[in-house]
Amino acid sequence: MSRFGFNWENEEKFDALLERYPDKQSLMLPALWMVQYQEGWISLDAIRFIAKKLERTPMEVYSVASFYTMFQLQPVGKYHIQLCRTLSCMLCGSKNIQEYLQYKLGIKVGETTPDRQFTLSLVECLGSCGTAPCMRLNDTYIENLTPEKIDEILDGLCHDR
Amino acid sequence: MIAKVVSKNFDIPNAHTLEIARANGRYASLEKLFCLSPDETICEIERSGLRGKGGGGALTGEKWRLIPPQSSKPVYLVVNADEGEPGTFKDRQILEFDPHLLIEGIICASYAINAHHAYVYIRGEYVFWMNRLQQAIDEAYAAGLLGNSVFGRDFSLHVTIHKGAGAYICGEKTALLESLEGKRGHPRLKPKGKEPEWFFGNPTVVNNVETIASVPFIIREGYASYRAYGTEQSPGTMLFGISGHVKKPGVYELPYGTSMKRVIYELCGGIKGDKNLKAIIPGGSSVQILRADEIDDITLDYECLKAHGSALGTGGMIVLNESVSIPEAMKNLFAFYHHESCGQCTPCREGTGWVDRILAKILAGKGSKEDYQTILDAVDTMNGKTICVFAPSVAFIAQSYLKKFREEFEALIK
Ligand SMILES: Cc1cc2nc3c(=O)[nH]c(=O)nc-3n(C[C@H](O)[C@H](O)[C@H](O)COP(=O)(O)O)c2cc1C
Ligand code: SF4
Ligand code: FES
Repeated sequence: MSRFGFNWENEEKFDALLERYPDKQSLMLPALWMVQYQEGWISLDAIRFIAKKLERTPMEVYSVASFYTMFQLQPVGKYHIQLCRTLSCMLCGSKNIQEYLQYKLGIKVGETTPDRQFTLSLVECLGSCGTAPCMRLNDTYIENLTPEKIDEILDGLCHDR
Repeated sequence: MIAKVVSKNFDIPNAHTLEIARANGRYASLEKLFCLSPDETICEIERSGLRGKGGGGALTGEKWRLIPPQSSKPVYLVVNADEGEPGTFKDRQILEFDPHLLIEGIICASYAINAHHAYVYIRGEYVFWMNRLQQAIDEAYAAGLLGNSVFGRDFSLHVTIHKGAGAYICGEKTALLESLEGKRGHPRLKPKGKEPEWFFGNPTVVNNVETIASVPFIIREGYASYRAYGTEQSPGTMLFGISGHVKKPGVYELPYGTSMKRVIYELCGGIKGDKNLKAIIPGGSSVQILRADEIDDITLDYECLKAHGSALGTGGMIVLNESVSIPEAMKNLFAFYHHESCGQCTPCREGTGWVDRILAKILAGKGSKEDYQTILDAVDTMNGKTICVFAPSVAFIAQSYLKKFREEFEALIK
């Protein structure tokens, strides 16, 4: 038995989506997204819940979830910084930005601050190569990055530090 | 140099809203569309010579013809907005500035192939652009442009956005369909002959965002107006994204056949830092690199780039100035390919990782004399023995970096 359940809003969303696909297996990614937005990450408990809803085994759901890099199978910080490391960003100075972020947050890539506010990840091309370097702060794109811009944005976040 | 077929409304404020979009010509093709039969619609696209903008340049009309006209099974249109190829950032311009153009194109294409449901598969990171498109879709439903009776005609069409989750390989059309079916994004084995794609066993067309966004112009103005742009074999226009070491990076719509040098030095203002050009990767990271001395008479069309041993790809040009270390650039890309290989085929999964590790070793100053040849041998095993073209593309690009910049690798090894 899983203790996880969709909130009411997601239940409704799920039912509405069922009508938009020829087969409910298509709801795999949408359901995983709903879990992640509801909980911040995808627990094994939530995987069992999705498996039941989609009539698949938990192993199948896990195997799909683990294929996609955006699905978080471990909790991440409240603010997830995803800095692009790919070529156009590298040519425009993403390595300096990475160093600056590491210095400012006091963590390395792949780590979360002890207060669980920030996680720093490197990601592949975000489709912002013309406005490089670029990162995402949760779902928001921040482009043409400079250390000053990072200061301005991170210092402006009212987090519970 | 600049053309305005797809990008016409990009600079108009609020052209993403239905009101402004309609005031600027959006949905004007529908009157004409519904006077044509689906077959005539496909004919128009065939005559236009429209080629897919997702990287392969396949003829769109030919692809639509593969759908059986009297299919007893439902037909689907899937729009590829996965846009993950490094150096490519063009589809998001359409989603951001003119989402109604995409919806208009979806209506035209769906009518032509008799699809009543279209999915737009958007990369998971593009949340802002998904919301943009969803707003436009909602407006279109409310205005009767989508739904059970499109434009008041006896034609129903629904559009659903499907959010990806960060896997480059899902841009490959069959991997995308697997993903849309709720599975891992593993490319499918290619069939022997020509056939449509399949979504849960139903005939399906997969087209890139920009391809679909090019359709309304052709329907509205006629195929000849489209052919007035570009070259005989590469008719029309394409959104070119230029990034890296240029003074004015960005997306420019250009007719095929435009001089590459003029684009770099005139439109993009030349090389950043007033340094010399070293190399250009012309069509997204998965095409062969060109040395500065190779680009003099290159024009941006499929034929010319192919003749020069590279490809037009997605039109995402990455410009590298003389300060760039080519082995380092290659290492950057191999880390990408290693991370993004779907892992189904051993040569691809292992080969990308192996080359990535050797390059790391060379860059750390620990390379040995054999490494250069080892990489060539490793990529040789990746060519022609895999399910999709990811591995062979990676093999070709590796060969181009190694052969064209051999001295840079050797300098590091000594
Ligand atoms: C590894 C790989 C990644 C691809 N990524 C994309 C992509 O992100 N977007 C896209 O439209 N096509 C991509 N393609 C091409 C698609 O497979 C397909 O050919 C294209 O979407 C068809 O549309 P078109 O004919 O309109 O270009 C990719 C192909 C490969 C092999
Ligand atoms: S070639 Fe690579 S990406 Fe393509 S199917 Fe094989 S392992 Fe996957
Ligand atoms: S390389 Fe960073 S956004 Fe494309």
